[in-house]
Amino acid sequence: MEFFLATLLDSVAYGLLLFMLSSGLTLIFSMMGVLNFAHASFYMLGAYFAYAISTKIGFWPALVVAPALVGGVGMLVERYGLRTVHRYGHVAELLFTFGLAYLIEELVHLVWGRLPVDYRIPPELDRPLFAIYGTNFPAYRGFMMLVSVGMLVALYYTLTRTRIGLIIQAALAFPHMVEALGHNVPRVFMLVFGGGAALAGLAGVIGGAAFVTEPGMAALVGSIVFVVVVVGGMGSLTGAFIASLLIGCLQTFSVALDWSLVGALKTLGVALPSGTLLTEIAGITVSQAAPVLPYLLMVLVLIFRPRGLMGTRD
Amino acid sequence: MRSLNAPFFVQTLKFKPLNVERWLLWGGAAVVLVALPLVVHKGFALTLLSQMGIMVIFALSYNMLLGQGGMLSFGHAVYSGLGAYFAIHALNLIAKGALVFPVTLLPLVGGVFGALSGVIFGWVTTKKSGTTFAMISLGIGEMVAACSLMLPGFFGGEGGVTGNRQVGRPFLGISYGPEIQVYYLIAAWMFVSTAVMFALSQTPLGRIANAVRDNPERAEFIGYDTQVVRFLQLVLASFFAGASGALSAINFEIVTAENVGMLRSGGVLVATFIGGVGFFFGPILGAVIFTFFAVAISSATKAWLLYLGLFFIAMVMFAPGGVASLIVLNLRVAKAALFARLVPAYGAAIAASLIALGGFVAIIEMIYHLELEAMNDPVLKLFGLRLDVTAPAPWVGAVAVFVAGSALWWPAWRWLRRRWDEVQLRLGEGIA
Repeated sequence: MEFFLATLLDSVAYGLLLFMLSSGLTLIFSMMGVLNFAHASFYMLGAYFAYAISTKIGFWPALVVAPALVGGVGMLVERYGLRTVHRYGHVAELLFTFGLAYLIEELVHLVWGRLPVDYRIPPELDRPLFAIYGTNFPAYRGFMMLVSVGMLVALYYTLTRTRIGLIIQAALAFPHMVEALGHNVPRVFMLVFGGGAALAGLAGVIGGAAFVTEPGMAALVGSIVFVVVVVGGMGSLTGAFIASLLIGCLQTFSVALDWSLVGALKTLGVALPSGTLLTEIAGITVSQAAPVLPYLLMVLVLIFRPRGLMGTRD
Repeated sequence: MRSLNAPFFVQTLKFKPLNVERWLLWGGAAVVLVALPLVVHKGFALTLLSQMGIMVIFALSYNMLLGQGGMLSFGHAVYSGLGAYFAIHALNLIAKGALVFPVTLLPLVGGVFGALSGVIFGWVTTKKSGTTFAMISLGIGEMVAACSLMLPGFFGGEGGVTGNRQVGRPFLGISYGPEIQVYYLIAAWMFVSTAVMFALSQTPLGRIANAVRDNPERAEFIGYDTQVVRFLQLVLASFFAGASGALSAINFEIVTAENVGMLRSGGVLVATFIGGVGFFFGPILGAVIFTFFAVAISSATKAWLLYLGLFFIAMVMFAPGGVASLIVLNLRVAKAALFARLVPAYGAAIAASLIALGGFVAIIEMIYHLELEAMNDPVLKLFGLRLDVTAPAPWVGAVAVFVAGSALWWPAWRWLRRRWDEVQLRLGEGIA
């Protein structure tokens, strides 16, 4: 029970972080049809910007300034990059963001080097928040959850209750009609892209301190975020939310379990002959298989429910 | 720039059937492949050529998906990597005497197992096309890459699987000991694979794959199952990918998890795109350029991925048809005897680009040198200059060169565009 509760809290914190990333990605996708390969790179940029700012003026200003900077970078990318390749079609857009991901990683190498940087959680939050069954729950994890939920509420409110949110929703469904009504749809696209990038940047600010800030962090989280978007259903925010929590749990729980097929058979009294490929496969523990599980889940979802959990289109 | 506004996938280049040109082209290519080692026989150049040959097969097989079938795959290394693993295990079995098989035909083993993995994974991936296909291929790629560290028995864990290509008795003096024999093995396989892949692109399957790429709905209406077409195309492509993987296993005598990794999948995508997906010969150019970056430039500078990434993005933004389309467009101009109109503008644009590029490279290299080696030796040798990165003068100089080059580039580029549009207009008149 103690293990279960502690791990559950950890996985919810991680899942909410994933949602911050996947919400921006899925919003951009459903609006512009662009699958942004560089989305995780914005996450990394957020972490590095926050590191640079926090060494100068502290963590709290960085929490606001870094996402704003990343959002600005995102808007520039949309205005001067994506809009140029838009006329060549979606494949060209996808390839552009793919190249951009390479480029951002190389620029990070250039500016901050190849080793992890010393980006830490602020001392105010470096203490336990409460204890469950003797296990301390770090205050920073609580803070992460607070920020994520706050962002979730703000995003929901913006999209459903404000004027710009209504225009965004309308532009999602009928871009030409919205344009005909006199709204600048390309600018709305730019704002959405920048907003999505800023969300990824915010996730980077809080995630970079909780985990490791290094040039490989974008590749590490990038493909997981794609899995989240596919499993949740392309373009569905609710689906992305459910899938984020699901994959957060899957990854966090599986790392901690050392069950294997061989062990399970042994308790049933069946012993496998040793030294064969079958035994090697059956001997893999759940924790060893942890990196594969999200992708396996994605493949299964694609076979049995190709539109994803909450997707409306194939 | 009319042709740049054409659809993203430009028409496939088509030859007239059974003509002299084609025999000359293929015969000439064969002669060049045979004669090349007489010109370049130094160790480094020969390994470079061998790696280019492997990459050519890999990129051409990738283009069977992207260019001919419209499938953007982010996991093509899965097929070449699995082919490489099976090939090296077969090689080790031959060495143990458990299997009798000529090393020369080892790429067939890689190809068959590559195609088999294509049958397994392709069943899942080809259900969809477009963006969904791209994401599923990425997921499969990540899954296999993660598996490779989980099953050390087959994948060899961190260290990979090693082998020795000199097994059995030499046949007609061929032992695959010297690098030159491996080069000829790769060249022969490359020539045959290229010919077969070209022939495949002319078959009904190759043509209907083009139709499925351009308009899947209409292809369904005339009675083709688009999924089956995509599936067959993927299986065939993974055969050649597996063969190229087996060749790399013979060449390097080691296969590691990197061979199935995402970096390699991304690499083949970049190579194919830079070369040009709309032309059959595009990926060949791309493979040559990419291998040059990955082998020659990477040994000279740590920033090679940055240069390659910038080059790739520039191609995506300004020449989505790749190097091949640039060549074909200019050939068209030259055919109409209008190329002389472009030469001065080209000269100006290239000169300005070189100046700007020189400044840019100097800045990047100085930053890297300052970060990594300035402690030992503050002097960076570049373009025959000795730059002291701790002094301000080289920095000011490099920035000045870059700014001057960029300032010159803008009018030169506009001049080139004006001339280009004018030439295209006259070409258009000629047709009408």
